[in-house]
Formats: sequence, C-alpha cells, structure tokens
Amino acid sequence: MTGTYLGMPAFPAFPEAAGEAVRDEVLRANLRHATHTIRDKRARAVAELEDWDRLRAAGKAIKDHTLRHLDCYLLQLEESVTAAGGTVHWAADADEANRIVTDLVRATGEREVVKVKSMATQEIGLNEALEAAGIAAYETDLAELIVQLGHDRPSHILVPAIHRNRGEIRDIFRSEMGSWGRPAPEGLGDDPRELAEAARLHLREKFLRAEVAVSGANFMVAETGTMVVFESEGNGRMCLTLPETLISVVGIEKVVPTFRDLEVFLQTLPRSSTAERMNPYTTMWTGTAAGDGPSAFHLVLLDNGRTDTLADETGRQALRCIRCSACLNVCPVYERAGGHAYGSVYPGPIGAILSPQLRGTGSEIDATLPYASTLCGACYEVCPVAIDIPEVLVHLRERVAQGGPVTREGIRVTLRPAHGHTAERAAMRAARLLLDRPGALRAGERLLARARRLAPRRLPGPGRAWTDTRALPAIPAESFRDWWTRERGTSQ
Amino acid sequence: MRVALFVTCVNDALYPRTGIAVVRLLERLGVDVDFPEAQSCCGQPQYNTGYRHETEPLLRRTAKAFAGYEYVVTPSGSCAAMIREHYPRIGRKAAGEGRGTELAEAAESLAPRVYELTEFLVDVLGVTDVGAYFPHTVTYHPSCHGLRSLGLGDRPRRLLAAVKGLDLVELPGAEECCGFGGTFAVKNPDVSAAMGTDKIDNAAASGAEVLCGADNSCLAHLDGLLRRADAPLRAVHLAEILAATEEEPLS
Ligand code: SF4
Repeated sequence: MTGTYLGMPAFPAFPEAAGEAVRDEVLRANLRHATHTIRDKRARAVAELEDWDRLRAAGKAIKDHTLRHLDCYLLQLEESVTAAGGTVHWAADADEANRIVTDLVRATGEREVVKVKSMATQEIGLNEALEAAGIAAYETDLAELIVQLGHDRPSHILVPAIHRNRGEIRDIFRSEMGSWGRPAPEGLGDDPRELAEAARLHLREKFLRAEVAVSGANFMVAETGTMVVFESEGNGRMCLTLPETLISVVGIEKVVPTFRDLEVFLQTLPRSSTAERMNPYTTMWTGTAAGDGPSAFHLVLLDNGRTDTLADETGRQALRCIRCSACLNVCPVYERAGGHAYGSVYPGPIGAILSPQLRGTGSEIDATLPYASTLCGACYEVCPVAIDIPEVLVHLRERVAQGGPVTREGIRVTLRPAHGHTAERAAMRAARLLLDRPGALRAGERLLARARRLAPRRLPGPGRAWTDTRALPAIPAESFRDWWTRERGTSQ
Repeated sequence: MRVALFVTCVNDALYPRTGIAVVRLLERLGVDVDFPEAQSCCGQPQYNTGYRHETEPLLRRTAKAFAGYEYVVTPSGSCAAMIREHYPRIGRKAAGEGRGTELAEAAESLAPRVYELTEFLVDVLGVTDVGAYFPHTVTYHPSCHGLRSLGLGDRPRRLLAAVKGLDLVELPGAEECCGFGGTFAVKNPDVSAAMGTDKIDNAAASGAEVLCGADNSCLAHLDGLLRRADAPLRAVHLAEILAATEEEPLS
C-alpha cells in the first residue's frame, strides 16, 4: 500500500523527481487541466465576498492568537472533551500515535476500520501501521479510495488522485475493487457518474459493517470540545455516525478557542479549497451522547514536530495552514512537478515549507524542498490565512545554506550548513567580495567584454543547467558603468 | 528634479542598453540623472538563495551609495522589491541577532526612496505618455515581483498603451511566473524551462513581435529560450521601448 512519508528519507531530491514529472506528458496534462479549472472557479467564488481581505486577516489573527497560547487552549480542549465523555491521548510523534490507535482498535476486538479522509493519519503512516498489526484500514473518500486501490501515493491535499484521469480511474476500479470487497460493476465506463456509483456501492458495504472509524478533524473547539470535519461527499459523515467507536487523530495546531471562530473558516475554507460557497457536509461532534452516534470517542492529539516548528519565529506561520490547497492549485511549480516530487503527504508550496520543518532539513528531499519555488508569490496571494510562504522558503534556504538555530524535540540546537553547499557558498562569497568593490567589478566587466567573442554556447558545471535549454545573453562591448564614464565623466 | 539611477548589476554588466535608455528617457522628461558609482548589486541573488549574511555588506553599500537622494530609480522590479521589502527584514534580523540597529536604520531610510521605473514615471512625474514611438505589436509580461511585491498594477501597460504606433496585445496567462526565479533556473532547470516554454508559447500565441518586460533577469531567461528555439519574437525591456522615438529608434 502507500508508503510512509514523514521520517522516510528515501525520496529523491526535488529537482530530479520534478524533472521526471515534467517529462510525463499525461501527468502534466492531467494536472494542468485540474489546477486551472479549480483556480479559476476559486477566484470567482472569492470575488463574491466583499470582505475577503478582512476574513483573511481575521483567520490569520485567530490562528496566531491560538498558536501563541497553544498550551492553554489544548488543556482547555482536553477538559471539554473529557467532560463530554471522550478520552484524550497525547502523541509526541508518529510512532506513539500509531501505537495508541492500534491499541485502541485492538481493544475493540475488530480487525478493520473505515477511514475519513485525513492528512494527519497519512502523515504518520497509520494505514501501514494498522496493516502491520493485522488490521485493514479502508479509505472512504472517493479520491483516497482511488489512491488506495491503485497502490499509489496521494499527490494533492484535497484531491489526492488529481494526477489520474477518468480512464485511469476506471481501469483501477475494474482491476482492484474485487480484491478489497465488492467488485466494480460489469462493463464499467469512464463517465464520472458511473464511477461515483461504483464507488458508492463498494463503500456502502463497508459503512454498514464497520464498528470502528478513524478520522482527522479540520478544527477542534477548545471551549466546547467539538470536533469539526468539512467534506464534499458525505462518506465521512457515514463513518462519523454509524460505527460504535470513533478515533480522531488531529494535529495540535487545529484547535480554535471558541465556536464563534468557526464563522470565519466556514466562509474561507470551502471557497479556497473547492470554490464552493459552503461545503456540502459539515459534521460536528462533541464527545459522546447515549443512543446517538459512536458510544466511544478517542481524540489523539498529534505533535510530530509541531511544537518545534512553533519555536521558530518566522517558520511558525506554517502552522496557520487550514489545508485548503489553494496554494497548490496556483503554484506553477506544482503544476509541472506534480505532487509526488515533494516526497510528502504535503505537496506544493505549503509542503515545501511544512515538511522541512516537521521532519528537519537532514534528508536530501527536505534540503531541496525550500528551493522548489521561484518565489513568485502566487501562493501567498491566495492563502486564506495569509501565510507568507516565500518568506518562510527564504528563511529555510538560509537554514540549509548557512545553518542556524532550530529546536529539535524541545532542545535548541545550532544546525551546520547542509552538505553539498560548499561550492555554492564559496561562489556566493566570491561574488559578494567582487560586488562589494566597484573598482574590481569594473575590471571584471572589462575582462568579460574583452573575452566576449570567446563566450561558449554551452557552459560547463552548474551553468550547463542554463545553457542546455537557453541561450546565454550576449556580452556587451561596454558595461553601463563604462558608458557613463565615457559620456558623462565621474559623477561623484 | 535630480534622481539617482540604480542600474542594478545585471543591467550594468549585461544590459547596459537598458540603463542608457533610462537615462535618455528621464532626461527627455526633464529629470537630471546621477549615477553614483559606488553602487553595486542589491544582494538579491545571495538573499534568495539563503545567504543572508552575504547580503549585509551589499545592503550597507547600497544604502550609502544612495544616501542624500530623495528619489532612487531602478529599471528592475525585483531589485526594487529586494530593497523595499527585504532590506528592512534583513536589518531587523541583524538587530534580533544582537548586532546593533545600524543595518535596520540604513534599510528603513533607503526603502521608501526607491522607485521602480514605471512607479516613478506614473506616480512621481505623473506622466503616462512619455512621447515614445515604437511601431510594433507588443505584449507585456508582468514579472512576479513587480506584480505582487510592488503592486505595479496596470502602470506598465498604461505607459505602453500611450506609445505612438505601438499595438499592445494581451498575453495569455500573463500573471503566471516565467520560471526564472534567480538560482531556481539552475537548481530546477527542468521545471524552469517548462514554465518558460509555456510563457514564450503564450507570447507567440498573442501575435506579438516583441515580448516586453520590466525585469531583465526574467527577460534573459525568456530571450534565451526564444533564441535557442529560433523564434521570431524578441524580448525587450520596457525602458528601451519608452526611450525610443522617431528620431532615435530602438536599434
Ligand atoms: S498554506 Fe494557505 S493556501 Fe496553502 S493549503 Fe494552507 S491555508 Fe491553504
């Protein structure tokens, strides 16, 4: 099944993985079509709200306030959930969270669970951990189902199978559904309605049988202990209401202080993510109630690098993210590189700043993610909680290139620069020394002008990356500086 | 009025014609232009690649070179954004690291005096018709930093639309990044080239003969792709179009 992401350094560096995706014509066409459609719709949905800027500022302010007092709100949340009949568990990392969930499922005596689409459980590789413990986890979100059946990895936060087209989905349903439960109907075509119906029949059997459900949550309300899930299909609601036991794994940054705060996100999240005025299903539950929904509710609060991220003044804004995926849909790099190149369940611009903070910059993929952007700023412009993604990217580049202070498991340490940046560092320093001496700069420019006829068509070393596809600018006979002196003499 | 020209290192070494065009244009509009020779690179390549400490001497140098000028004009949106947006950040970080407030003060004093060329023309001089003549079909690529960091809006297009003889056509997908991104072009060459190729294809589809921009770094990347593809289109900096007249056409 799908691989575990966080903590697995086996992914290739971003440039190579992206290069492969760029050459995959089908993938590029699928992604281009999907992202352009949704980005245009989103722009229209957002334009309908006159107070978008204020909603965006409010969302940012609520999240910042909560993060600043995260310890207090989490304790308050624990109290409210417990008072409402739920049980709260604290998980410092992926292993601990997986162990808690596995033990909870085992205690029910069940061997299978139905799942509501959740990023947190993917982040920790829960399905694989359950499988290792002999428990089958069935994804019920349509796109997650496609990914699971296709032995594939998700490539988008909201539309995990965005890299697939209808024909590919039909083929997956036909060949795989049978081995997981109810097979696909005879002669299944690639009409979206037919595909949805096949998924509905396949899943229905699972909903009616399941005794345990595992979910995440979009928001948790500290004041009341209420969990909130936004979804489009209603499959999540089936999982959240039918089984006897409900286990929710949620990142600690998802808490908001009061019920009232949801007002803002109920407007900004659906419009940013699916371009809907309101998402079709908003399910909220508070602990347990006799004769209504699951009789046991467990909340697993997941840290997994979040407290360390919170300790970083510039980087912590990534924790404001409400996973709307708007930044993915406008990102020209994501559009060409595809979600898999990011080596994480969090692809695109948010993934490029979140993964290297949650996992550290130690692996090759995590050291290249901060550079997986042109800093064009389109992600910042659409983000409904105003995360300045370019600012964090540059901040993380500094960490990779120059080293600096970070917090790891609560301890402040000073990172050394990542490997492989020695030559670049030397070049940057040499360039700066030259640029900081206009006399030497002028001499360098003259040397360049004199050698202009010798300029090669293709450069060696890192310059090859430029000249493989692009011609070099022609070197002028005279620099501006020299022209100025010749025409005007020295000015100062 | 006397202004200082911040020509930028890329223009100084590789695109002197852009700098010369700014001088001609501003002088034609009655502005006295100085070129403080102590100026150098703003430090953008170093900063954006993660070498903040290497940018500090360049910040200091730039601030000193332009001390005493009320207006500093530059034909580069990204360099203007570097000074306006990132210099204060670099100064604050240095102060936060206990290295004094000197950099922060230098940055704060310089930032508000720096104008990208089109801002200076439209906002300070209050002109959109600069008396240029350029009888060609032109499409405009609004580079990301000009578009999003500086918020140049339609200033460049208004200036172009007022040029005599010029036929301005829409660029499909204009607001999408061209894929240059400084060292991104070298660190992620495949994605960079794919983005640039889409941009030049869109430019060709617009029916233009000239792809105009206000940032020679992006144009170097696009022009490099155009020439490697032997495309009939050429990339030209906005300043050179605005400087062109019937008597002194763009060569
Ligand atoms: S970073 Fe912003 S735009 Fe991207 S997914 Fe998170 S909230 Fe949405």
